Amino acid sequence: MPDSPSSRRLTFGTAAIIAVVVAGSAGAFAYTAGWFSPNRLTPPRLVAAFAPPSGPALGHRRNHAKGICFTGTFESNGKGAELSRAQAFQAGQYPVLGRFNLGTPNPDAPDGTVRVRGMGLQIATPNGEVWRMAMINAPVFPVATPEAFYQLLHAAGSKDPEAMKSFVAAHPEFASFGAWAEGGAWTASYAEEPYNGLNAFTFIDPSGTERAVRWSLVPAAPATAITQAELEKRGPDSLEKEITERVRQAPQRWTMNVVVANPGDVTSDPTKAWPAGRRTLEVGTLVVQKIEAEADGPCREVNFDPTVLPPGIRVSDDPFPAARSAAYTRSYDLRTSESRYYPRTAAGTKP
Amino acid sequence: MPTPSHRFTALQRLLHWLMAICIISMLFIGVGMVSTVAPKYVPLVATHKTLGMVILVLALLRLGVRIYSGAPALPANLPEPMKLAALLSHYLLYALMIAMPLLGWAMTSTANYPIVLLGNVQLPAILPQSDRLHTLFWDAHFYLAFAFFALILVHVAAALFHLLVRRDGVFEAMAPVNLPAPRD
Repeated sequence: MPDSPSSRRLTFGTAAIIAVVVAGSAGAFAYTAGWFSPNRLTPPRLVAAFAPPSGPALGHRRNHAKGICFTGTFESNGKGAELSRAQAFQAGQYPVLGRFNLGTPNPDAPDGTVRVRGMGLQIATPNGEVWRMAMINAPVFPVATPEAFYQLLHAAGSKDPEAMKSFVAAHPEFASFGAWAEGGAWTASYAEEPYNGLNAFTFIDPSGTERAVRWSLVPAAPATAITQAELEKRGPDSLEKEITERVRQAPQRWTMNVVVANPGDVTSDPTKAWPAGRRTLEVGTLVVQKIEAEADGPCREVNFDPTVLPPGIRVSDDPFPAARSAAYTRSYDLRTSESRYYPRTAAGTKP
Repeated sequence: MPTPSHRFTALQRLLHWLMAICIISMLFIGVGMVSTVAPKYVPLVATHKTLGMVILVLALLRLGVRIYSGAPALPANLPEPMKLAALLSHYLLYALMIAMPLLGWAMTSTANYPIVLLGNVQLPAILPQSDRLHTLFWDAHFYLAFAFFALILVHVAAALFHLLVRRDGVFEAMAPVNLPAPRD
């Protein structure tokens, strides 16, 4: 190629080629990052929608902010091994770490004011597998998609009294959850509540066969109904005090039931309970042996991300585990960056 | 035709272009996954972690190959500031190729997440849980990703400048195929 001086000048054409390549690449990157899509439901937008008008409680989980840690064991009876090759289903006892919690962004909410109670749970097995889940006491989830959940948060947080009514009118799938929230019994103990996974997951058995399942933890303790007013009178932290005292007296137990979907059952919509009569296996017992305050307890440092799954379990076409994972991760990143605001006790001054 | 010393070795060129694909994919997956709550979030994160470890292994291999095989000399008539820019930008590129996967691994470790790659490959945590370190590594990983992308754009612009304007054989030295290079 001739090496004439003119060939070394930056011509309009070559400058344009370079500019187009660089600007096009930068534009594609910005598009992927969502900078041109202000309406995209991103983890920061979803998480921000939980905060009350006064702002989030810094240093705390952005939802299910009030909670108390527990440790114990999962006693697997081995029956689940035919459904999933996860080691947690091999007969044996495995250490668990968990958190009883209230479905509220307010870490100081009085216990009697919060309808939804939850359990975060981690089962770790000797081969290094970790299974995390986050369950609630409601029998179904309020909405069918993460987008609808975002709208629900806005409606519930709105000052407009019509906002919730119009949300319910536009989302008939909310009715089942609404009926439970309005008419379901309250109890005075975390130990008397069931904790339902609600989302469908896929179990993979040793032969590689996949099945859609949901799971629940059913309490051994009989439920004693109490009115909400009565519960509120017991004090703002009555649930935490009660479970601490109760576990001190005796370990508390839940049976883990795995329900297998029939062909044709909808797995992508957690507002729809599967019809009765589905194959159900009791796969083991959760035994809660020790309660610890969150500030010093081992659960504070754990994000109960429901997509942390062992081999033998994976997400299904239910859109929520992915959305929850994205949001929980955002919440974890926020609260760890704000940990100076978290009220640590003197014994718990870890970095 | 350039003599062999005017070009990087075949292994170096293979590593360069393979890693170019991996790293650019990685940056797009990264900004994409942190801006979505859609079902694709889960496979994107798993791919990001897996590809990150692949890049770390390739980057360390490449650093060894670079030290062993060296690099063709820059054109003698390249202005000094451009030589300096070339030198510094390549130090930065190597530093980021190695640091970004390590920062990702560290931020995941300090968040107490099990590290499971595609194919259920478990990796150990390299650090214990720590709020402060997680925040530090998260910030570094996040902001350096944008710096890395910007640096890659500068690198691409410079490569095109060498190819289209200076026509000095610098692009041809790393070209995936043997291009007829202009003579100095």
